[in-house]
Amino acid sequence: MKKLMLGNEAVARGLYEAGVKVVSSYPGTPSTEITEFAAKYDDIYCEWAPNEKVACEVAFGASLRGVRSACAMKHVGLNVAADPLFTLSYTGVNGGLVIFVADDPAMHSSQNEQDSRHYAIAAKVPMLEPSDSAEAKAFVKAAFEISEEFDTPVIVRMCTRIAHSQAAVELEDRQEHALPAYEKNPQKYIMAPANAIRRHPFVEERTRKIAELGETSPLNRVEIGGTEMGIICSGTCYQYVKEVFGNTVSVLKLGIVNPLPTRIIKDFAANVGKLYVVEELDGIIETHLNTIGVPCVGKELFSNIGEFNQTTIRAAFGLPQPENVTLETEVPVRPPVMCAGCPHRGLFYTLAKHKITCLGDIGCYTLGSAAPLFALDSTLCMGASVSGLHGFNKAGGADSEKKTVCVIGDSTFMHSGMTGLVNVAYNGSNSTVIILDNSITGMTGHQQNPTTGYNIKGDPALAVNLEALCHSIGIERVRVVDPYNLKECEEVILEELAVDAPSVIISRRPCMLLKYVKAKPPVTVNKDKCVGCRQCMKLGCPAISFKDKKATVDATQCVGCDVCTQLCRFGAIEKGDR
Amino acid sequence: METKNVMIVGVGGQGSLLASKLLGALLVAEGYDVKVSEVHGMSQRGGSVVTYVRFGDNVYSPVIAQGEADYIISFEKIEAARYAANLRKDGKIIVNSQMIDPMPVITGAAQYPVDVLDELRGKGVFVDEIDALSLAQQAGNAKSVNIVLMGRLAKYFHIEKEKWIEAIKNTVKPQFVEVNLKAFELGYNF
Repeated sequence: MKKLMLGNEAVARGLYEAGVKVVSSYPGTPSTEITEFAAKYDDIYCEWAPNEKVACEVAFGASLRGVRSACAMKHVGLNVAADPLFTLSYTGVNGGLVIFVADDPAMHSSQNEQDSRHYAIAAKVPMLEPSDSAEAKAFVKAAFEISEEFDTPVIVRMCTRIAHSQAAVELEDRQEHALPAYEKNPQKYIMAPANAIRRHPFVEERTRKIAELGETSPLNRVEIGGTEMGIICSGTCYQYVKEVFGNTVSVLKLGIVNPLPTRIIKDFAANVGKLYVVEELDGIIETHLNTIGVPCVGKELFSNIGEFNQTTIRAAFGLPQPENVTLETEVPVRPPVMCAGCPHRGLFYTLAKHKITCLGDIGCYTLGSAAPLFALDSTLCMGASVSGLHGFNKAGGADSEKKTVCVIGDSTFMHSGMTGLVNVAYNGSNSTVIILDNSITGMTGHQQNPTTGYNIKGDPALAVNLEALCHSIGIERVRVVDPYNLKECEEVILEELAVDAPSVIISRRPCMLLKYVKAKPPVTVNKDKCVGCRQCMKLGCPAISFKDKKATVDATQCVGCDVCTQLCRFGAIEKGDR
Repeated sequence: METKNVMIVGVGGQGSLLASKLLGALLVAEGYDVKVSEVHGMSQRGGSVVTYVRFGDNVYSPVIAQGEADYIISFEKIEAARYAANLRKDGKIIVNSQMIDPMPVITGAAQYPVDVLDELRGKGVFVDEIDALSLAQQAGNAKSVNIVLMGRLAKYFHIEKEKWIEAIKNTVKPQFVEVNLKAFELGYNF
């Protein structure tokens, strides 16, 4: 039976069919659905871990115990999981272990455009890269076989266009693997120097063997077409190349992107005229060709920035583009915005009103940086707001402490914000940390986390008590505010900035998009009272706009959060009937 | 068969993913090789969203590039214009006349270009404008704009109406089938 599946759903199906028992992940676009779909199979234990390092170590533990395990993350998540990854390479595996990493060329939903292939090279682990959903499923199974045969973790690299594209997949049955008896093997799994020294040569030999596998494996394949030109590519680039050239050129499609083969590349090069490498982001295949002495053209024609498509390929090869229409009218950009009723808005309004410097973090609230709120000063990586604020205050002194805060979501705080808070308490800065607790991991599409009281299956789970956690870290001043209450927000923020003590303000209100949150009747504008002062427009609420010099509220969008009613000095915005 | 391309564009939260799911299921049932490409995550938060649906004997690329779209189905007026460069010379635009102000318009930094569809028509582009929101409300649920527009697409498409109806029954939740079938008919017969 064939089914249309997202690349990520196909990976989950592959996990099921490969008999995987344990999957632990932290959500991150474009990798999230791998674990969400895997959780739909009762035969796989799935969980959201607090961060990718934890997830990767859970997968390690499961592998050590002898079952097939996996973890999934976005490219920047692999930075967090890099620590276990590099030594996992030395220990190898017991049950097969596969790490899924989803790169985001063009940064549809990311803060950088890093190329995860560098990690496979640096950690000396094999990496596979599928080019559609059917391959995604097949490569999952191949990855587990390689993992167990060569005693190595394997990385499967996805990218946005594979992860979030649906294509037909043939479903097969699950292969169960019995739980083996546990056998202690300290020389292999205790990576103290004496053992690690013995494992490193194994790792080098293993890389050589897997490179040899790549010479003959069907994962790397030559498609002979016209021989005037040859193109080496992998992943989504293969699809763009085939779209433009069909069978008029010859293609070497690489499924194993680390380690790269040598002989098939040399043979391929010998059989074609001019040789090109088409790869998104960095010129890694091209560098390999340079190293093995095969002349090729790559980054000379193709950028290492952004993602490609058919247009990019045609342009690079000087081929004509299809005719199209161009418009003179400039269409205004439509950036993503905080939703109507977003609990973050009231808090950001308060920070902007008092011109408070605010170090931001990763989540929906990054949108607070946009017009008209301009409420953020920085966004670096998960958790960096809290530790960054401490550094900012240590550098700026008491003056800085009085007018600087940071904001971090509940999930991001659990991920890596709390270690920063330990540092605030331990090394004593009078920092004001605001936790935006909207009771969900929002931006990635509503995943549960350790503070929400539910697990990935939606079953009740223990909820971390944020107040108690902050107290136990050593923060005495922990306040809770409702971000829909502007007056309360303002008072508490100003008070906590003023005191000479570190403090945490928990801005608590569930995300408006959660199913259990019921909208209130929309507010209305009394046109007689509205003087057109545009004060309400400072909120940046997508439900409020200006028509004929008066505010107007889109009743289909407004959820009656009433933040704007508190703001209007003329009482022109009236609460809906309730 | 040469690969055919349908772009579904709109504003995050308007329900374009369900439309692409329906179209994808229909085309698979018809025996085509199909690829549907979506973007999740940040752009869904009220931003401009685009879904690519491609079908034929053998579809390679998951995305539709400049000058390739046979149809652009737009859930919002100016979103049709935003992606017009992707339309083939002889392609068709089906557009919901609903206007949703993007943030630069709300803040006063930009004007909403109300005449943009006329400019497209002036350049010889086939534009079928339809008040899908009113029709959706008439069907009984403002959220069925997506199915109204699919009904409109069905009018131009080469697949029998009955197959569409079958696909709707298989795609939407049982409690919404009735409303959506009504929405489909209203779009089809507009």
